[in-house]
Amino acid sequence: MSVTAPPATRPATGGPDLTRAALSGRRRFTNHLATAAIWGAVLLAVIPLALVAYTVIGKGAGVMSLSFLTEDIPNSYRREGGGMAPAIIGTLVITGAAALMAIPLGVFGAIYLNEYGKQKPLARVIRLMADVMTGVPSIVMGLFVYISWVLLVGQQTGFAGALALACLMLPVVIRSSEEMLRLVPEELRQASMALGARKWKTTLTVVLPAAISGITSGSLLAVARAAGETAPIIIVTGIVFTPNWNLFDGSNTALPAQIFRNASTSFPAAQDRAWGAALTLIVIVLSFTVIARFISSRFAIKER
Amino acid sequence: MTLTNKPPTARSTLSQRGSSALGDRVFSWWTLGTGLLVLAILGLILITTVREAWPAFDAMGLRFLTERTWDPNPAAGDAIFGALSFAFGTAISSLIALLFAVPVSVGIALFLTELAPRRLRGPAVTVIDLLAAVPSVVFGLWGILVVAPAMVPVYQWLHDVFGGIPVLGSIFGPVSSGRNFMTAGLILAIMVTPIITSITREVFSTVPRADKDAALALGATRWEMIRGAVFPHSFGGVVGAVMLGLGRAMGETIAVALVIGGATNITANLFAPGNSMAAVIVQQFGESTGTFTAALIGLGVVLFAMTVLINVLAQTVVRRAEARMKGSVA
Repeated sequence: MSVTAPPATRPATGGPDLTRAALSGRRRFTNHLATAAIWGAVLLAVIPLALVAYTVIGKGAGVMSLSFLTEDIPNSYRREGGGMAPAIIGTLVITGAAALMAIPLGVFGAIYLNEYGKQKPLARVIRLMADVMTGVPSIVMGLFVYISWVLLVGQQTGFAGALALACLMLPVVIRSSEEMLRLVPEELRQASMALGARKWKTTLTVVLPAAISGITSGSLLAVARAAGETAPIIIVTGIVFTPNWNLFDGSNTALPAQIFRNASTSFPAAQDRAWGAALTLIVIVLSFTVIARFISSRFAIKER
Repeated sequence: MTLTNKPPTARSTLSQRGSSALGDRVFSWWTLGTGLLVLAILGLILITTVREAWPAFDAMGLRFLTERTWDPNPAAGDAIFGALSFAFGTAISSLIALLFAVPVSVGIALFLTELAPRRLRGPAVTVIDLLAAVPSVVFGLWGILVVAPAMVPVYQWLHDVFGGIPVLGSIFGPVSSGRNFMTAGLILAIMVTPIITSITREVFSTVPRADKDAALALGATRWEMIRGAVFPHSFGGVVGAVMLGLGRAMGETIAVALVIGGATNITANLFAPGNSMAAVIVQQFGESTGTFTAALIGLGVVLFAMTVLINVLAQTVVRRAEARMKGSVA
């Protein structure tokens, strides 16, 4: 095992040839093939993303204007012009209401899992079921809210949409917040307890503030996902062509639902509006995502 | 003596008895309640949807699952609600999606964990994050207006090449439009790639450094190291990731509703229009009444049961794999 010996002399001394040239052609070929396949897979993921971005920006920018953002939706797909203001308002109001319901509940659920439940059987079941709930199709959540709320109050409302989106966000908020609470150093809790603070006070004034940046960014990602949900909105909020700020009275609409309805038609004017709405929606969703990423990279608790 | 003579108020500022102990109890019950909300919602979904779908289950019995005819408004006789065609559409489009998404996702995960130069890792992760951030309805819009028309010549070419061969001929059958099982599968593949990639990547990153170094030290090429050290170690986790992707693909509604074509159809021909369970619900719910509505909700019940089953299995598999990993690292 002489370190100083140059590799070229090794075969001469009787040791095995460890240079790359000694690999059999078949092994070298397989290795190159696999490497190429892996690079190919990455390219295959980039292509659809680039194509979607190119078409949405290209076609959406052609429609985009101030009037598109501020005018009402035409009540006939055939008609040219018009805007998406009611859908933009609907998306913001419905998603906002959903966030107001789901984020506090989700954070308290996460506090239970990380501060009280820990590895108890009940906590493990809740953890598993929260993961399972993330996989429940959004259309099923829509049907659930339709049966248990829309049939109850007798009309389709924006609030019903908010309920459905909240149900979809809840498990995501719980699981991401729990991850963040877990990163809070145990010493902080002990220090606070040693100063005489009760557990609830420790949790609310020490643990939660320490994890708040991570919780915020996780919740924003959940909001971004919910803003793009379509199926429950179509089933439980109905449709309007003028802005409706009232969540509890009258139908509402949202950008994803408008994209779906306009995309299903064969009228160029409607398809143009669909592209414009898609661009608007992507801008909204991406700005949530970017803010979340910024918060988590800027204020994150460093893992030790 | 002086200590015990202190007024009780001074002591209470230190230990904050009474009200605060109550606060502790209230707080812990409240957080437990929010935790239980998850179980409550899942339970309520099952109960309310089954109850609301009962008229359809009652009228059709087991034929709801085995009958391929779906005729809500027949010219004569009773309406027939058979979910088999839609279950077929759900299954076939999800399988096509996995066929394309799994190799690509595993490839990207390997790229991120084994191959990527440090400065390419960030951008590659961003690509996956962005793919996950694009709302499904946007993929649907792109699918129906751009992909479906653009793929018709490709499908036609495949049909011309393979059409004469016995088995392949029926799979690559005649092309009627770009909206069919194949397009639905392709769009779904794009949508499940991020989720399979992110879980697979986590599993790959738990493979012990020592195992990989040992393989390389024995003279393995990088690919041989991946086959000999990474794959055996992470097989369970990858299976779980694929199942999670399957669950996501089965439940995807809007993109599929836009590009699958909207026909009640069981055929081996991937270029024929069909429909999936989730897509049927969103397409027909608005114009349904009575038993028709119940039947659509029944589709939702079947979908819910299947996705919950798949997700429970997948989560269990992933958890077990992760637990084993942690054991082996130590």
